[in-house]
Amino acid sequence: MGTLDTTQTPGTATGVRTPGRASIPDRHLRTDRWWLAPAVTVAVLTAFVIYSTWRAFANSDYYAAPYVSPFYSPCLATNCVPMPAGADVQVFGPWWGISPALLVLIFPLGFRLTCYYYRKAYYRGFWAAPPACAVAEPHPKYSGETRFPLILQNIHRYFFYFAVIFAVILSYDAALGFRNAAGQWGHMGLGTLVLLGNIALIWLYTLSCHSCRHVVGGRLKNFSRHPVRYRMWTWVGKLNERHMALAWASLVSVALADFYVYLVASGTFHDPHLF
Amino acid sequence: MSYRGRFKIWRGDAKGGALQEFVVEVNEGEVVLDIIHRLQATQAPDLAVRWNCKAGKCGSCSAEINGRPRLMCMTRMSVFDESETVTVTPMRTFPVVRDLVTDVSFNYTKAREIPSFVPPPQLGPGEYRMQQEDVGRSQEFRKCIECFLCQNVCHVVRDHEENKTAFAGPRFLMRIAELDMHPLDAAEETGLDRKSTAQDEHGLGYCNITKCCTEVCPEHIKITDNALIPLKERAADRKYDPLVWLGSMIRRRRTD
Ligand code: SF4
Ligand code: SF4
Ligand code: FES
Ligand code: FES
Repeated sequence: MGTLDTTQTPGTATGVRTPGRASIPDRHLRTDRWWLAPAVTVAVLTAFVIYSTWRAFANSDYYAAPYVSPFYSPCLATNCVPMPAGADVQVFGPWWGISPALLVLIFPLGFRLTCYYYRKAYYRGFWAAPPACAVAEPHPKYSGETRFPLILQNIHRYFFYFAVIFAVILSYDAALGFRNAAGQWGHMGLGTLVLLGNIALIWLYTLSCHSCRHVVGGRLKNFSRHPVRYRMWTWVGKLNERHMALAWASLVSVALADFYVYLVASGTFHDPHLF
Repeated sequence: MSYRGRFKIWRGDAKGGALQEFVVEVNEGEVVLDIIHRLQATQAPDLAVRWNCKAGKCGSCSAEINGRPRLMCMTRMSVFDESETVTVTPMRTFPVVRDLVTDVSFNYTKAREIPSFVPPPQLGPGEYRMQQEDVGRSQEFRKCIECFLCQNVCHVVRDHEENKTAFAGPRFLMRIAELDMHPLDAAEETGLDRKSTAQDEHGLGYCNITKCCTEVCPEHIKITDNALIPLKERAADRKYDPLVWLGSMIRRRRTD
């Protein structure tokens, strides 16, 4: 970020100030607004973390028949509000006293934390390693993802598998939105559109994942022997080029979907019925 | 349309140096390398610069312009304001020889550390047959002009001299990816696992996929998305995925 200290500790001539390299005292010579992208990243991610922490611990206003907030689905504890036909499977007994969202959010959280795109975003934005290209980072030592804990980023593919399961569940939730509050099918409200828009973006984000690209075909040496997987790899590759945009779009949409359910469930807003 | 442009050029050698100011004529359609040549012809005949093709193909004229790693011959003057001072320095990751010329031998050392293509034992020269879809991925990486801008911008070595021994850099990790994706490379049959050695011997884990290599590549190779991340996934197959590992033990597929 733009506010970082621009001088390294005196006496430690490393990095771009290593003896033998062109002696230029400046940490960087960029004249463009290189700090803008990391600053925006930090602002948006911080806002999302604050919002989702509040909502995850709130343990209220997450169900407004027939809509469930994506933060609280699947609902796995007996203290979940009843959701007719919804994804509430009460595997955790009454001993689970706090918000049921905390049981499931670890999966989407882990998926996004280990996502190759978000890694780039927060390494640059929060950790300044590097803050921007050709702008010296403030850290005296760097080992990247070679050791604990960052070596754990290598398990991203497992979070991807869970993310697919979650996308299926949220699709089911969106389908349930075609009922009215009394549970009759064949209806639709603004909330249905909100949930549909969200799940579409969640699917696109999930399928554009680099691990997905690898699993469907990227790991092969010979595409010609696997024409179907080659075609799938090509499709995922096309989505993958948009992975960054989808990461942001789905982050915003999941917060908006939750906020919409919150507004309806808390009685602040009345869900307009379309039919 | 010509104008008098203001420039700051780094001049010096390994012992020291500084930015020097010049005012030079700039004409329509010119690139930064033209200005450097005009400086040599008029005010600074001993200004050292390395170049060859002036067409963005030889990879010799790499430098940093207003702090951004770029080819001098492919940076048009029209991207700058006429009132702007344009700063040109040598690449800041490699030892400087003189003025804009750096010693890039680090990259040749790293190139030699990558085991080369292993010819398939059953095929003689001239008998190689490959499908286009099988070589497409590697072909993207073959566009590389070895300008080493990616090696220069990568913070792993740019900001940490001590990592130079352990880290091959994006260009050469991409070389490993190219060979690992090559349909006829027989390294595995000889017991060389490019996937795990990428991490164990060539420092793939140092890369934190922050994509600066991709940002600066003048050939627009998607180094991070198409070489480094796929290589990380391949290393994970070998080292962190018990399912894939188990599958390969049971089925023992020779190639896929
Ligand atoms: S993506 Fe990796 S190799 Fe490329 S510049 Fe960043 S850290 Fe270096
Ligand atoms: S990969 Fe791109 S930036 Fe790196 S050496 Fe090759 S052409 Fe230059
Ligand atoms: S979700 Fe971003 S790379 Fe997998
Ligand atoms: S002079 Fe050949 S790339 Fe610039």
